[in-house]
Parts: sequence; C-alpha cells; structure tokens
Amino acid sequence: MRGLFALLAGALFGAGLMISGMTDTSKVQGWLDLFGDWDPTLAFVLGGAIVPMLIAWRVAARQQRAILGNPFPTPSEPKIDPRLVSGAALFGFGWALVGLCPGPALAILGYGGSDAWLFMGAMVVGMVLHGALRPRIRGGAQA
Amino acid sequence: MIPMDWIYGLLGGLMIGSAAALFLLVNGRIMGASGILGSIVDATAPTWEKGLFIAGLVAAPAFYGLAFGFPETNLTANSGLLILAGLAVGLGTRMANGCTSGHGVCGISRFSMRGIVATLIYLGAGFATMLIGRHLLEVF
Repeated sequence: MRGLFALLAGALFGAGLMISGMTDTSKVQGWLDLFGDWDPTLAFVLGGAIVPMLIAWRVAARQQRAILGNPFPTPSEPKIDPRLVSGAALFGFGWALVGLCPGPALAILGYGGSDAWLFMGAMVVGMVLHGALRPRIRGGAQA
Repeated sequence: MIPMDWIYGLLGGLMIGSAAALFLLVNGRIMGASGILGSIVDATAPTWEKGLFIAGLVAAPAFYGLAFGFPETNLTANSGLLILAGLAVGLGTRMANGCTSGHGVCGISRFSMRGIVATLIYLGAGFATMLIGRHLLEVF
C-alpha cells in the first residue's frame, strides 16, 4: 500500500515538473539569470507547490501518525552548520551550470537521451563521494 | 517568458505540492528527491517505497510525453559541464541534506530554518554562477 502511494506521489511529482516547465533547463537557467532575459516561471512553480504543503503540515500537526501508520518526520534542529551552507552553495553552483536539480534530472531520464544519463551518472557519483567522505565532513546535523 | 507560462508553472507547482502533501499525509515521508535517491545510493535505507517513488517520477513524464509529445529539455551537450554540474549537485545536496524539493517545497512550507537558509543560499549561488559564468566569463 505504501509502495502504491509512493508510486502515485512520484508520478504526480513528475507530471507536475513537466507541466510546470521545470524539465526545460532553459527555463530554470532563465530564472537564475537575473541579469539576462529573466524568466519568473520558477517563482510560480515554487509558490504553487508550497500552498498544498502549508495545508499538509497543518493537518499533520493535528494527527499522531500518517494515514498508513508511519510517524511524521520530526523537525530538524534549527541548526545552521557549515555543512548545510557549503552543501547548498555547491548545489546552487551545479544547478545553474546546466539547469538541472535532482527532481527534474530524474523526470527527464526517460526521454532526455544520453546527456540526461551522463548528468545522472555524475550526480550519483557525487552522492557516492559524499558517502565516502562523510566521516571527514564534520559539523553536520542530521535532517 | 511566453505569457501563458506562469499559469502552467502555477498548475504544475500545485501538482508538485499535492504530490508532496500526499507523500507526507499518507506515507509520513518528506518528498525530497535528493534524499530519496541518495539513501538508495548510500544503501542506508533502500526501500520499495523509495524505489517506487523514483519509478513513478521517471515513468510519468515518459508516458505523458508519449501521449502529448515531449517538451524540450534544452539540456547542454557539453559533457564537461554535465559531469561537473552532476558531481556538484550530487555532493552538494547530500551535504546540505536536501535540494529544491526537500528544502524548498517541504522545508519552507514548514517554516524550517534550515530549509529557508538552504534555499536562500542555493538560489544566491545559482544567481552568482549565472552572472559569472554567462555574463562575465561567457562560458555557458
């Protein structure tokens, strides 16, 4: 049952990314290009996505558990550490280079050709690298 | 921007947020793309739930495209850029424990300080990278 709803959530996420235009890297780069031909679409996407989640967090606050019985994720400590700051900066740099973040990178795998797979391969290597370096990257809080 | 783009942006955004709300309220999980993929890569907690989420995320746009036509990705063909960007996104999102979906959509809506700060930083880094890379150095 959990798997079925995970599949549904993933599918709705993927369709939303595609309809919103966020699988088009030129729209993402256009949003980040404040000093060029600026494209505000991403602000509408993020704004639109936050609305259902504002409601969902309020509903979750009144429940003990999720519908399928899992406890809700506990809030992270409001701790801003060097790992969060440097990780987010590194992510923003890579995001702007080609206009892909992890969600859209997965969403275009089925039709984006070998370039989409090359990015995905490098992203997975970056994640593996993090796992390997993890003991050395200090000062991080668990999300 | 094509004048209708913001409507599709808003509609798609509402779908993304609804997907995150579904995953939270039904499964009790945060819908963060980098966290879900990363925990499968790390083999820390690979579950059917996560695998099927990824499967839906990959399959839905493919089926949508088969039915209505594939939109352009306008992805660069520059292998060096793709590899550098992929490495930075993979490593960075795992260090920060989240990306646009986890910190941006799920974090901001929870008024999470970490989510808000991370979002401001990756946006700032993205703006700076575009300014330097596209306008000052003209590399991409």
